[in-house]
Amino acid sequence: MDLLSLFPAWLLEQGPAFVIVLPLLMGAITAILPSRTSAWWVCLIVTLLCTVTSFGLLLQVYSEGTSVYTMGGWDPPHGISLVLDVLSAPVLLLIAAMAVVTTVYAMPSTIAEIEPKKRAPFYAAFLLCFAGLMGMVVTGDAFNVFVFLEVSSISTYALVAMGAARDRRALAAAYNYLILGSIGATFFVIGLGFMFMETGTLNMADMSRILAELDGGSRVAKVGFGFIIIGLGLKLAMFPLHTWLPGAYAYAPTKVTVFLASTATKAALYLLFRFTFTVFDPSYDYVIVVLTYLLTGVGVVGMVFASLQAIFQTDARRTLAYSSVAQVGYMLLGIGLATAAGIAAGYLHLLNHAIIKGGLFLAMGAFWYRFGITRLSDFNGLSKTMPWTMGAFMISGLSLIGVPFTAGFVSKVNLTIAAADKGWWWAVAIIVVTSVLAIIYIGRILLAAYFGSPPEIDGEVVKRNEAPLMMLVPMWAMALLSIAIGSNILDLGDFFVTASERAAALLVGSGA
Amino acid sequence: MRDPHVILRVISKFLIPFIALYAFYVQFHGDFGPGGGFQAGVILAASVILYALIFGLEAAKKAFPPSWIRIGMTLGVLLYGGTGVLTWILGADFLSYGVLAEKSYHGQHYGIIAVELGILFAVTSVMIAIFYAFGSRQPEPEAEDW
Repeated sequence: MDLLSLFPAWLLEQGPAFVIVLPLLMGAITAILPSRTSAWWVCLIVTLLCTVTSFGLLLQVYSEGTSVYTMGGWDPPHGISLVLDVLSAPVLLLIAAMAVVTTVYAMPSTIAEIEPKKRAPFYAAFLLCFAGLMGMVVTGDAFNVFVFLEVSSISTYALVAMGAARDRRALAAAYNYLILGSIGATFFVIGLGFMFMETGTLNMADMSRILAELDGGSRVAKVGFGFIIIGLGLKLAMFPLHTWLPGAYAYAPTKVTVFLASTATKAALYLLFRFTFTVFDPSYDYVIVVLTYLLTGVGVVGMVFASLQAIFQTDARRTLAYSSVAQVGYMLLGIGLATAAGIAAGYLHLLNHAIIKGGLFLAMGAFWYRFGITRLSDFNGLSKTMPWTMGAFMISGLSLIGVPFTAGFVSKVNLTIAAADKGWWWAVAIIVVTSVLAIIYIGRILLAAYFGSPPEIDGEVVKRNEAPLMMLVPMWAMALLSIAIGSNILDLGDFFVTASERAAALLVGSGA
Repeated sequence: MRDPHVILRVISKFLIPFIALYAFYVQFHGDFGPGGGFQAGVILAASVILYALIFGLEAAKKAFPPSWIRIGMTLGVLLYGGTGVLTWILGADFLSYGVLAEKSYHGQHYGIIAVELGILFAVTSVMIAIFYAFGSRQPEPEAEDW
């Protein structure tokens, strides 16, 4: 591949470690930087470098297959290995790219939201969170996953709490997230303990091999699987375990909300894919039971209930947060189908939803930035006062509903086809019903914005007050990307669909 | 007024240097036996915490200023990561200590010492940070203070 030869060989060879180490070390340096502007620049350069590296690694994985990097030269299963394959590489690129997008956006937004002396620590915590997420995706060692999970989670609690400068409820939300997130991480590590007891290894590939030899393992493995699913379920906001999410999304600083919504839950979902299909295998009877009844069940119930909750919110940010819980349901349904098409659709929705919800929250942050509004009743006439921002919001919103020629349509259609192929017509019906519910909750916002008239203050109609360019560019990038995927401009749609199909082929092909 | 805690003061003044010394014993044991940066860091922090318990938080903050904490934490991470970066510069994988010296096992030795030192800095600072954070908390206002 021509594009691949542009990357320095060292970067491709050492890339898996580079994308973790760079943000981790620069995060430490940023913490003691005196100037907040330089903190922003460091953050931007680091995330850009990581994006370029991730892109190179993705191309490398596509042309040369799975790559294994040995940490400190110790071979797996004894040493820690970093593994990149067609499942992890796209998620890695997604996380890095969203980090760049939110960092560009953060230049104006943090000035409004974070106190000056807290800005350098804010960027430091962000870089640590970023490093943790990258590590979660790239590592091939199960215990390492837990370590990176904690690195990203703990910095996320701090980041959410920094929203307190604009809304004190952020503190309660962060505390809630801290408690539930810690419980999730504890469950996950208990599960890993059981798995270590069963297999005597922490390397994922090795664990998978030994489990296959044991034909799924004894009751210990079953208990371990249960703990891992619940632990990850808390992290990815699986329906009844989602209660931390609306508060954390609604009151965190905008940069954090966008980054969390589009990457943190996605990294946890990636781990769910990884554990259910690679480490464990649907051919074990207890795994397929959990997939078919539990994950599908909570996925579907979550889709309906969270969508209904989204309709009845008065705060637009909470509407979007509940909608995120509902969208996770689609991905869980895709996993629950456990067919190649279903997994591909779930994975595709994971990538698409990150772009869609990222765009929506970016626009939402701009509304607050200019007018300080988040309540739905204040959205009247926003199409006149902030036409460009509202335009980006509308495109991403339509994409969330699943209107043709947008990203949401592609993944929803794939999911519907996958469900129909399996004969789950009830699932098709639920996808349609929840899409209608999405029309209602997005429609309420769009109706107010496009058909309401701008409010009057002191007898004067509020004037047009567009968001700054640094905010418009990221949100339009997300909106246009969403259209490009949906309409297959620049073959982006095909690229995403192929990426998800390759990931699914890897998962279904392994072990079984 | 006579000091009611004279025995505590004298004994702990006597003990604190030995606790700190023991921390370093554990620290430099870390590359070939049980022990290492984490345990040593906790012991070293314990010596500062004991000082704070006996002589008060203000005195402890003079002995170990809170401004050192952030620097210590950062320095620790950078020492650890920096060792890895050094092995990169020397042309090996991240944290492959073998390249740090001519003989690979010497390299392993040096690498582990450097990394453990980083852990010592980070753990000591974090432990003291946690203690300072809890110690500096204002008591909750009583019901009648409202």
